[in-house]
Amino acid sequence: MMKFTLNGKPVSVEAEADMPLLWALRDMLGMTGTKYGCGMALCGACTVHLDGQAVRACTLPMSMVEGKQITTIEGLASDASHPVQQAWQSHNVPQCGYCQSGQMMSAAALLAKYPNPDDKTIDEQMQGNICRCGTYPRIKAAIKTAAKLGAKS
Amino acid sequence: MSEISNVSRRQFLKLTGIGATGLVLGGFLPGFRPVWAQSGDALSELNLFVSIGSDDLVQIICHRSEMGQGIRTGLPQVVADELMADWQKVRVVQGLANAEYGSQNTDGSRSVRRFYQTMREMGASARTMLEQAAANHWQVSVEEVQAKDHQVLHGKTGRSLRFGELAEAASKLTPPAKEQLKLKSASEFNYIGKDLPIVDMQAILTGSSVYGQDVQLPGMLYASIERTPVVGANVKAVDNSAALKVSGVVDTFVMPAQSEPVLFKPLPGVAVLATNSWAAMQGRKALAIEWTDSPHAAHDSQAYLEVLKGRVKQQGKVVRSVGDAYVGMMNAVDTFEAGYSVPYLIHAPMEPPAATAVFNDGSCEIWACTQTPQSTQQNVANALGIEPGKVKVNVTLLGGGFGRKSKPDFSVEAAILAKHTGKPVKVSWSREDEIQHGYYHAMAAMYFQAGMDETGRVVSWVQRTAFPSISWTFTGTSDEPSSSELDLGFGDLPFALDNLSCESQKAEAHLRIGWVRSVSNIQHGFAIGSFVDELADKLERRPRDMWLELLGDDRLVDPEPEGFKYGNYGESKTVFPIDTARLKGVLNLVADKAGVEKPTAKNEAWGISVHRSFVSYVAVATKVRVEGDKVQVLEMHSAIDAGTVVNPDRVKSQMEGAMIFGLSLAMMGDISVKAGAVEQSNFHDYPLLRINQSPQIHSYIVESSQPPGGVGEPGVPPVAASLCNAIFRASGKRIRDLPISKHMQV
Repeated sequence: MMKFTLNGKPVSVEAEADMPLLWALRDMLGMTGTKYGCGMALCGACTVHLDGQAVRACTLPMSMVEGKQITTIEGLASDASHPVQQAWQSHNVPQCGYCQSGQMMSAAALLAKYPNPDDKTIDEQMQGNICRCGTYPRIKAAIKTAAKLGAKS
Repeated sequence: MSEISNVSRRQFLKLTGIGATGLVLGGFLPGFRPVWAQSGDALSELNLFVSIGSDDLVQIICHRSEMGQGIRTGLPQVVADELMADWQKVRVVQGLANAEYGSQNTDGSRSVRRFYQTMREMGASARTMLEQAAANHWQVSVEEVQAKDHQVLHGKTGRSLRFGELAEAASKLTPPAKEQLKLKSASEFNYIGKDLPIVDMQAILTGSSVYGQDVQLPGMLYASIERTPVVGANVKAVDNSAALKVSGVVDTFVMPAQSEPVLFKPLPGVAVLATNSWAAMQGRKALAIEWTDSPHAAHDSQAYLEVLKGRVKQQGKVVRSVGDAYVGMMNAVDTFEAGYSVPYLIHAPMEPPAATAVFNDGSCEIWACTQTPQSTQQNVANALGIEPGKVKVNVTLLGGGFGRKSKPDFSVEAAILAKHTGKPVKVSWSREDEIQHGYYHAMAAMYFQAGMDETGRVVSWVQRTAFPSISWTFTGTSDEPSSSELDLGFGDLPFALDNLSCESQKAEAHLRIGWVRSVSNIQHGFAIGSFVDELADKLERRPRDMWLELLGDDRLVDPEPEGFKYGNYGESKTVFPIDTARLKGVLNLVADKAGVEKPTAKNEAWGISVHRSFVSYVAVATKVRVEGDKVQVLEMHSAIDAGTVVNPDRVKSQMEGAMIFGLSLAMMGDISVKAGAVEQSNFHDYPLLRINQSPQIHSYIVESSQPPGGVGEPGVPPVAASLCNAIFRASGKRIRDLPISKHMQV
């Protein structure tokens, strides 16, 4: 039995120690907002926060999650009021939307670390997240908007 | 049937799975109808629905699949505008697979193009009926009343009735004849042409949107399938003993053996069924499978490309001819030739294919991220030996499609396993599965020759193309490009030439060949756009001038009298002719906006290209910096003339996406095959463009009142040529064989 804190609430799952967090979230806890894209930490679709740091859930074994704080897209702000979600909305970022959970989780972690990022920082911090629809220009613009929204709040 | 009909609420329930009150209208959308669906009653001709409930709620069925193009927003937007509805009171309902919708196949960039007019008529019919119902109620002439903001108003007396209050009475009326409908003028539009946000925004932002991979049913088993690495091989023997020992694994199952044609049949293989995805994957790794031989086991893409390059140097089958290109070439004072190639490509949508199925009492229900619910229904029915009517297909959101999800093989896999186990089964493709077992964009070799007179005018043109055909997937025997593929940017060459020969060459298939965003326009747009730039360089013209010279006078091009039976994307050649003025329009727009002829910094340069596809026109200008052999894309400008545009923001987002999709394939897209098997497996060896490689993008939409053209695909074809042309101008290095990463650092 693995115990950890998910979006502020204690949870426990009957998962093998080597099972990646992604599958425990999706298959066992029914939290499907975190997406599978590659299984090798190459695309960022499964990005969640582990004690506030952006990590790839597809390669993070449950043994390393035990006792930790995990935040998923469902916990970012369920009313979409997080500055990143608001900025994503105002720039109409998503196309198919599949990678956007991971994009927003990466962006939220980025802004927590760099409240006012420049293009170079965004490129460096976001290059682990692939978007096949090609929403990168809007993601870049939305992160800057989110930075301003974040500064106000 | 071409008019809007008043239909029963029972009918609505059958098509949508949801109840409705008040007024329900059905309309006919033209499109392909499967043979088995053609013998229905009159109502089976209806395929588009809108309902207005007594609670004021307007429900509009979206019978097309949403994969990021914004169709769940765009089509309802059109209905709501003519209806004079309040967008806040409009709900979009995803249609189930049903023959009564006509074709639901969401590909070919045609949703708005095909349905724009009918959607408007549907909205206008409902509005007219609501107005009539209000006039009847007030006992005034219908001329005195007017629909506005979800109500009907009587101006003289200031009275008003909400749509919901009128819906029941309106449902008793006969829909107006088409000639009596008053459609709005463009200046009266309140939603068409406006940037409405997508209807799924909130769900996407909070992670609650449901894609094919996300479907979960009680008691469901998770399947992971080890498929044949070589097309044409079957399972010879399997040892599942180690797999069954993996914790969570419940069962294994040998998928049916197959023979060619490959069609949309599941590939042979062995499925591992488990209580969760991870266990299924671990079990699959523990399988030991022996495969039978395959006639394709010797396929080597690198060697085969050389074969195709050799073939296009030889005269091929002439598909279009003007004058005599060979005599023209002999009479030319100078000639220039070049060959180009594009490798196999794969779709790589961020969501790999996934389908969930339940089989009960001879009926099957499917949930899938499919572009083709009806083809899913048909193929599942065939595989299970049941009637299509016994297969219910629920369309989830699609995490990208790009053509992959119009092949229903993955849904058939889920259906077979659901029938075998008697339990709900989800088949999730891994990234490796998606890259190694897809329906590939065909590798292609092309050859061009131009002959010039003493003034440097191009007087003769020979072009040849060779690539394995999508037709092979369906016939198992086709060994040359089909007419419908030559339609895509090859036989429809829009240049004014005294002598022209368009030829195709043989190419056998050794992989499942399919369509990828913009299909054969990918190779043809790249090759033609590059060759024009090479001619510009040789003849010392500005690239823009070279294009304008070749495009010639403003005119409509019809390749048919020149021997090429042109399909024109299924559209009328009168309504959607090949118009050189529109090609020149987007070219000049983009060249001016980007300032491609202005001086650039050292090692930097612009490249341009223009292409018509899916009856829309797109020009692209790309600026690069080349330092050593390192290419950096700095800036891109695109212009699209797609006629009337419903949602400009979604058109722009499609163009931004097409630029990045095009850059990805040009810079690094490369599927190679050794011993019949695909060599790449994940994003480390089939990379996609990342944010740090993504340039600034500017998109322009030509204002037009022409009927709507395609939007999802036409942005892709000019990208590769514009990029390679820019690289040449910046560095002198001409890339003729994609991807660029084979020659330079990207």
